[in-house]
Amino acid sequence: MTLVCQSVDVSIAGKIICSQMNLELMPGQFWGLLGPNGIGKTTLLKCMAGLDPPDSGLVLLENQAIDKLPRRAVARLLGMLQQHTVYIFDASVLETAMTGRHPHLGYWEREGPQDKQKALAAIRAVDLEGFESRSVTGLSGGEARRLAFASLVVQEPAILLLDEPTNHLDMKHQIRIMNHVKAQIIKEQRSAMIAMHDVNLAARYCSHILMLYGDGDWQAGPVNELLNLENLERLYQCPVESVQTSSGRRFLPGN
Amino acid sequence: MIPISLRRSLLFLLLSLSIGSIFFASATGSVSLGWSEWLTALQDSSSRHGELIWRLRLPRAMAAWVVGSMLAMSGCLMQVLLRNPLADPYVLGVSGGAAFATLLGMVMGVAVAYLPWLAILGALISILIVFGLARGTGPWSGTRLLLTGVVTASGWAALISLILSLSPDNSLRGMLFWLMGDLSYATLPWWSLLVLGGSLILTLGLARSLNVLAMGETTARLLGEPTRHMLWLVYLLASILTATAVSIAGSIGFVGLIVPHLMRLLVGSDHRILIPAATLFGGLFLVLSDTLARTVLSPQQLPVGVITALLGVPLFLLLLNRARLKGV
Repeated sequence: MTLVCQSVDVSIAGKIICSQMNLELMPGQFWGLLGPNGIGKTTLLKCMAGLDPPDSGLVLLENQAIDKLPRRAVARLLGMLQQHTVYIFDASVLETAMTGRHPHLGYWEREGPQDKQKALAAIRAVDLEGFESRSVTGLSGGEARRLAFASLVVQEPAILLLDEPTNHLDMKHQIRIMNHVKAQIIKEQRSAMIAMHDVNLAARYCSHILMLYGDGDWQAGPVNELLNLENLERLYQCPVESVQTSSGRRFLPGN
Repeated sequence: MIPISLRRSLLFLLLSLSIGSIFFASATGSVSLGWSEWLTALQDSSSRHGELIWRLRLPRAMAAWVVGSMLAMSGCLMQVLLRNPLADPYVLGVSGGAAFATLLGMVMGVAVAYLPWLAILGALISILIVFGLARGTGPWSGTRLLLTGVVTASGWAALISLILSLSPDNSLRGMLFWLMGDLSYATLPWWSLLVLGGSLILTLGLARSLNVLAMGETTARLLGEPTRHMLWLVYLLASILTATAVSIAGSIGFVGLIVPHLMRLLVGSDHRILIPAATLFGGLFLVLSDTLARTVLSPQQLPVGVITALLGVPLFLLLLNRARLKGV
């Protein structure tokens, strides 16, 4: 399962996010999407999910233009975690996790025991065990975030687009979610693109990096080629220092 | 919320209570019938009491039930459409168009039998205006729909006030009754049963989609819903249900707001159970309200809309207050 961008131009309100971008999201790859605030990471992810069309160029899912495919077919292959999760209507945590099965079920079909097992497993994976019958409107920001991730896991897409999945999460749960994504990518040959601000999480987990510099400039490639002081200083417009740790190179804001 | 295992039993309970309420309504009124009187009358439709039951009370109770269920179902749909648990079937101006057309008919001396058709016509015009203006060419916009609907509703309200202020005194009473919602002259046309049954089947088939739509348009699209088509379908369904209900009994308030709300508290927001529960309870609620409207100041009859509001307002405030105390 591959997601391909061919000469894609994306802009928002007249501001160019990326121009003539070519990118292939291959099975087993873990992409980090880095860029300063407001540069257009969310807009680009939405475009890759087929929610909004690019200004020009093509987004291809399994060699077919994603905006020509029925949404149902897309949803079975590609899932996206949005940056904000707001639950307005009362529903239980289990019911909400189960909505991930929606694209896999027909009109009159109900979730079976297998679907429920998948939902329960996902709830365990995000550490919400015991919350199954709790109401979603009463969850904390971090809990709601983990539940949204659990729904995505239940959806079982081969391609995951995650918009700042570690927002609102404490250190333990950041690591837990990143480990879970990584395990899925390796074990089940899926692929992911994660927009985030934590360069060190990217350094630790990602195999590839896409950097958005603004004015349409972008750079994409393997993590060890792109993640260096020069690129990061250009990206964030601030001095950056690096330290060597037992698990590799890590980055800090400099003076 | 009640446990999932009990939710089906609740539907059975509501169904039995609905049937019971219709029988109860047929025995109660300015002439109250005892159990044995009622049974004899039920078997002999040509007796004096039999005629009372078969020609007057049962049709009226059935009409009340159908109107109540349609308003409740429409309320559930509107709340998903606008993603707001406080939306009701009238918020987008459907009833305003129906009311204006009906009152205009009354002023012009149109025969009573044709008034429901005028109501349908007025509702359809209103639906088309809101649909046409809110649709635009861009993506679905709940805000634009809400604004267009609310402004259209205010426009109808202004026209209604205009008619009322120009009408002779002797026709004002009938008009006010109709505006508040009244079942005194209600008949149940056969096609309204088709509307109710058809909408129920369609809505139940789409119930899981409604759950997803309630989570927001982007989430619904990411989970595979063609949201634009779905939302217009929900809008049209809710409007047709409201138009039919209003054409039978005028603008009965509060049923479409309080019933879905109460049922949400009881069974949660899964529309596979919420829709049938609200439909059954809406019918039950209106049959009982109408029985009260006929009997509380008997032989004087009140418009049922007054009763639903008098029951609905305190009930709603009580629920809100309890919810606040529980910290929900």
